[in-house]
Amino acid sequence: MSETSQERTPQVAGELIATRRVGAYHHLTFVAPGVAELAKPGQFVALAVGGDTSANLLRRCFSIHKVSPSGTYGGTVDVVVAARGPGTRWLAGLGAHHEVNIIGPLGRPFPLPKEPVACVLVGGGYGSAPLFWLAAALRERGCHVEMILGAATEDRLFGVIEARRAADGVTVTTDDGSMGVKGWVSDVLPEVIRRSHAEVVYGCGPMAMLRSITEVAAAEGAVAQVAVEESMACGIGVCMTCVMPVVGADGQTRMVRSCVDGPVFRGDRVRWDAFESGWGRVPDDAYGAAAMRGH
Amino acid sequence: MAETPSGMLNSIGLQGPGVNDFAQNDLVWLKSVGARVLASIAGNTAGEYADVAAVLRASPAFDAVVGIEVNISCPNVANRGLVFACDPLSAAKVIALVREKLPRDIPIFAKLSPDVTDIVEIARACVNAGADGLTMINTLLGMVIDTDLLRPQVAGVTGGLSGPAIRPVAVRAIWQVRAAMLEGRIPTVPIIGVGGVRTGDDALQLVAAGASAIQVGTATFNDPSAPIRVNAELAAALQDKGFARFSDAVGIAHTRLDPRR
Ligand SMILES: Cc1cc2nc3c(=O)[nH]c(=O)nc-3n(C[C@H](O)[C@H](O)[C@H](O)COP(=O)(O)OP(=O)(O)OC[C@H]3O[C@@H](n4cnc5c(N)ncnc54)[C@H](O)[C@@H]3O)c2cc1C
Ligand SMILES: Cc1cc2nc3c(=O)[nH]c(=O)nc-3n(C[C@H](O)[C@H](O)[C@H](O)COP(=O)(O)O)c2cc1C
Ligand code: FES
Repeated sequence: MSETSQERTPQVAGELIATRRVGAYHHLTFVAPGVAELAKPGQFVALAVGGDTSANLLRRCFSIHKVSPSGTYGGTVDVVVAARGPGTRWLAGLGAHHEVNIIGPLGRPFPLPKEPVACVLVGGGYGSAPLFWLAAALRERGCHVEMILGAATEDRLFGVIEARRAADGVTVTTDDGSMGVKGWVSDVLPEVIRRSHAEVVYGCGPMAMLRSITEVAAAEGAVAQVAVEESMACGIGVCMTCVMPVVGADGQTRMVRSCVDGPVFRGDRVRWDAFESGWGRVPDDAYGAAAMRGH
Repeated sequence: MAETPSGMLNSIGLQGPGVNDFAQNDLVWLKSVGARVLASIAGNTAGEYADVAAVLRASPAFDAVVGIEVNISCPNVANRGLVFACDPLSAAKVIALVREKLPRDIPIFAKLSPDVTDIVEIARACVNAGADGLTMINTLLGMVIDTDLLRPQVAGVTGGLSGPAIRPVAVRAIWQVRAAMLEGRIPTVPIIGVGGVRTGDDALQLVAAGASAIQVGTATFNDPSAPIRVNAELAAALQDKGFARFSDAVGIAHTRLDPRR
C-alpha cells in the first residue's frame, strides 16, 4: 500500500474550455476543480473516453502539462494528446464545452533536489509536456535548468518556444534533422551535462529513450529521474496492468505498479532488461517471481 | 492487456509476491483497518491450494477472513495444464483439500469458469466436495492480435475476457445453475454473481437470474466508485419495483417464464 493511494483523489466532470493543434498534437484545457490545486509536476490524470455509454471502458492517462489553480473558471488542467487509437482520437476530436471525466492528480511527482544544483530536463515527443512546470519549480529553487527536446520530426516536438522561456538553455534534436541537431537526445546529453555541471537528469518519453538517458546520466555521474509510460488500464492502482520490475533501496527487485509507485522512478532502479521484447517480463530474481509463474 | 469492445483482455496473471507475504502483511493491514476479507486463493496443483489455505489459516490476522474464494480457473500442472474448473474431478479434489484445511465456520466459494460444456456438472462436483457457495463467472478465454506487429497483443498469447461484453454469459451461467438448484438436481447454495456489471440494472439481471451477492471488476477501472454506485443503484431499483427484501428478488426471473415456452 503506498501512502499516496490512501488520500482521496478527486474524480470530476471536467469541462473542456480550450482545444488547439500544436504540431502533431492536441493541447486541451479542462476546468477540473480540485485537481489543479493538488497537482505537482510529474503527476498525471486518467481520463474516461467516449462518454457515459462508451464501449471503451479503460482510462487513458496523460501527464499534466500545466495547471492554473485559480483561473477565471476555477482550477484548470492542461494535457497534450497525441491521437493514436480510439480513445485519444476521441479526445482530439472533442469541441469546447464537452465534459470528460477526470481522475487526478495521480502518481508520484518528480522529486526536487534540496540544493540549487543544475538539472537537465529531457523530453521525447509529447514527453516534454510535464517538463515546463517542473522547470519553473526548479528555477524557483535556484537551479540552473537546461532542456533537451527530441522527436522523430519537427512536428512531433512539443514546446520548443515555451522551452526558451522556461529554461536557461535549450537543445533540440530530430531524427531527420528537420529541426535542431540531427540525432537523438542521448547524443547531445553528455555534452549538456558536462557544460552545465548537472547533477540531476529528468526524463519523460519512450522507454528506450529513458533507458539511454539513464545510462548517459550514470556515465556522467548524474542521477536520472524518469517518468515511465507503461500501459495502464485504470491509473489508480487496482488492475495490475502497469506492473514493472523496479529495484528497491534494499537491492531487491519487486514488481511495482507504475501508476501509484511511479510514474517517476530513479532511472538506475528500473530493470530495463525486462522490456527488451516489448512485452514486460517478470525477471527471475524479482520478489515473488515463483508465485507469479504458471498463472 | 488489450481493450476490447465493452471489455478487456488481460493476461496479467496473479501478480503478487505470494501467500506468505499476503498473510503477514496485507491481511494484517486489512484487519487493522477493520476490513472483512473474502480471500481468493489459487495454486498450480490441488495440494498447492491446500497449502495456500493453510498459510492463511495460520495468519495472525485470519479472524479478518470471512470466507475463501477458490479460484479454480488455473491450469493444473499435474493434468497437462487442463484448467481445474474445466474438469469435475480436479475441481472437486481442490475443494475437498481446501475444505479440510479450514474451520467449518469459514465458508468456501468455488469460482467457476464459463468455458465449459456443462457448468451445472462442475457446480455439482464443487458443492458435493464441500463448497458452501459458488462465484460465477471468471473471465472467458479470448485472444487479440496486434495488427501492426501481427503478433498476439498480450504476453500470455491468450487472456481472460471481462467487462460488460461478457455479462450475458454471466447471466446465462447463473441462470443454468440456479435452475438446477430449483429443480433439485444439485443442492441449493448461494451464488455470488460477477461478470460485466457496470450499473445497478446490470446487477439486477444477475440477481434475478439467481445471484445473492454481486462483485464488480472491470467496471471499476472505468469508474472507481462503481462498486458503491452499483450497490446504491441496485437498492433503488429494488425499491422502485416494490421488493421489501433483497432476497425476494434473488432468482425471481425463474418464476416469470413465458408459460407457452
Ligand atoms: C503516466 C503516463 C503519461 C502519459 N502522458 C501522455 C501525454 O502527455 N500525452 C499523450 O499523448 N500520451 C500520454 N500517455 C500515453 C497515453 O496514455 C496513451 O497513448 C493512450 O492511453 C492510448 O489510448 P488510445 O485510445 O489511443 O489507444 P488504445 O490502444 O485504444 O488504448 C487501449 C488501452 O491501452 C492503454 N494504452 C495504450 N497505449 C498506452 C500507452 N502508451 N501508455 C499507457 N497506456 C496505454 C490505454 O490507456 C487504454 O487503456 C501517457 C501514458 C502514461 C502511462
Ligand atoms: C485485470 C483482471 C485481473 C483479474 N484477476 C483475477 C484473479 O486473480 N482471480 C480471479 O479469480 N479472477 C480474476 N479476474 C476475474 C474477475 O474477478 C471477474 O471474474 C471477471 O473479470 C468478470 O467480472 P467483470 O466483468 O466485472 O470484470 C480478473 C479480472 C481482471 C479484469
Ligand atoms: S494502471 Fe491499473 S494498477 Fe496501475
